[in-house]
Amino acid sequence: MAKIMAVTGNEGVANALRQINPDVCAAYPITPQTELMQRFSSFVSNGKVKTELILVESEHSAMSACVGASAGGGRVATATSSQGLALMWEILFIASGLRLPIVMPVVNRALSAPLNIHCDHSDAMGARDAGWIQLWSENAQEAYDNTVQAFRIAEHMDIRLPAMICYDGFIIGHSIGVINYLEDEDVKNFVGEFRQLNPLLNTEHPISYGPLILPDYYMEFRKAQDEVMSKVSKVVMEVAADFEKISGRKYGLFETYRLDDAEIGIVILNSAAGTSKDVVDEFRNRGIKAGLLKPRLFRPFPYKEVGEALKHLKAVCVLDRADAFGGSFGPMFLDIATSLYPYKEKPLLINKIYGLGGRDYMPEHAELTLNELTDIVKTGKIKTFKEYIGVRG
Amino acid sequence: MKLKGWKEVTPGAVILDAGNAVEFKTGSWRSFKPVWKKENCIHCLFCWLYCPDMAIKVKDGKRAEFDYDYCKGCGICALECPGKKGEKAIVMAEEEK
Repeated sequence: MAKIMAVTGNEGVANALRQINPDVCAAYPITPQTELMQRFSSFVSNGKVKTELILVESEHSAMSACVGASAGGGRVATATSSQGLALMWEILFIASGLRLPIVMPVVNRALSAPLNIHCDHSDAMGARDAGWIQLWSENAQEAYDNTVQAFRIAEHMDIRLPAMICYDGFIIGHSIGVINYLEDEDVKNFVGEFRQLNPLLNTEHPISYGPLILPDYYMEFRKAQDEVMSKVSKVVMEVAADFEKISGRKYGLFETYRLDDAEIGIVILNSAAGTSKDVVDEFRNRGIKAGLLKPRLFRPFPYKEVGEALKHLKAVCVLDRADAFGGSFGPMFLDIATSLYPYKEKPLLINKIYGLGGRDYMPEHAELTLNELTDIVKTGKIKTFKEYIGVRG
Repeated sequence: MKLKGWKEVTPGAVILDAGNAVEFKTGSWRSFKPVWKKENCIHCLFCWLYCPDMAIKVKDGKRAEFDYDYCKGCGICALECPGKKGEKAIVMAEEEK
């Protein structure tokens, strides 16, 4: 029987990993991922999973061990946050370049300095071009569901790419929410037996991983990787359709909320989308056509589909929980603007940076934003293209 | 050799066939060339042992000619060669242009 439980996001994701029972997990503890791995290591100690848990001395080693185990032919998972992800950076590209389907929850946390353990998206945004698939999650349920689906997507024979599942540190990771768990057996059947592709430990047929590729071939491998990225959206949708059959929960490349007939809209990731939806409802009650788009598949970014979903709006604000210093705008704004670029008729765009280092995102921030968008539609003028909100002057 | 296009390369640049170094001729890298002086050779086969590629041929248990297709001119064989009575059996000579 499926169970509805009140658990932290970390506990939910740990349970997803228990149900999947990966062959190898190499991890290093870091706040706010710690609780996830602590719970998973209990499952290992108590014999609930057969996973070989490798305790390493750093995240650089964690990802390196994952690369080795994955190339060896195992189903592999790890998890990290913030500085841990930053330390993995070099190996992230090796995992994707070698086309290893490693799955990694990233419990989003700000980057140092100044040192901070609370939520923002700088960590995963910094790794957005590392060739990994990124699925973002609003709440504990989505983090759990995305973790289960990530294995199917990453391990799909047309894809074979590593995948991150991003969810907000503390806000989702450590807060108790409702999770509707799937049956262990259903998850096991859903992810299926792990299929190897060119395992390094096949002594019958020795192969080599990681050769030097010189200018005569390097671009061919990069083009092949780009081509694989273009197939991910389709697989994400297929896996979501299968997932709906066992869970009753529907997933897409992104979620739209009251967007179809909207004139103004907010684009926002993860937990803050929940707060914003409430405010969208308030505006709707006042007769203002507000809507929201919450990306789920952030890498590869579904430019075409997002562009189609937003092109009819009059004004849109992209709220980024990270800045791209020197890039003028936040990282998500850049992708949203690119999605809309091909259209002749498109909404006016503004960008707001919020919630850095765990600064609360409150309903009044969404309200302020939607009021500003209403003004922009009325006057046709943008006063400020980009600004930090919730910051003292 | 016709180079493969991006649709033909293996995922993740994995090399699926073992022992394929023979297909990769590196002789063109050489700027110094080892020369075998037979009269000083004691057939100890140190050169064969130390050669990091497969540039030293052995025939009937005896040292045979270099295979220059695989010689990068690293000079290890010349360095290791004990020679005979203080005279090296392998000496490095500048590659002719």
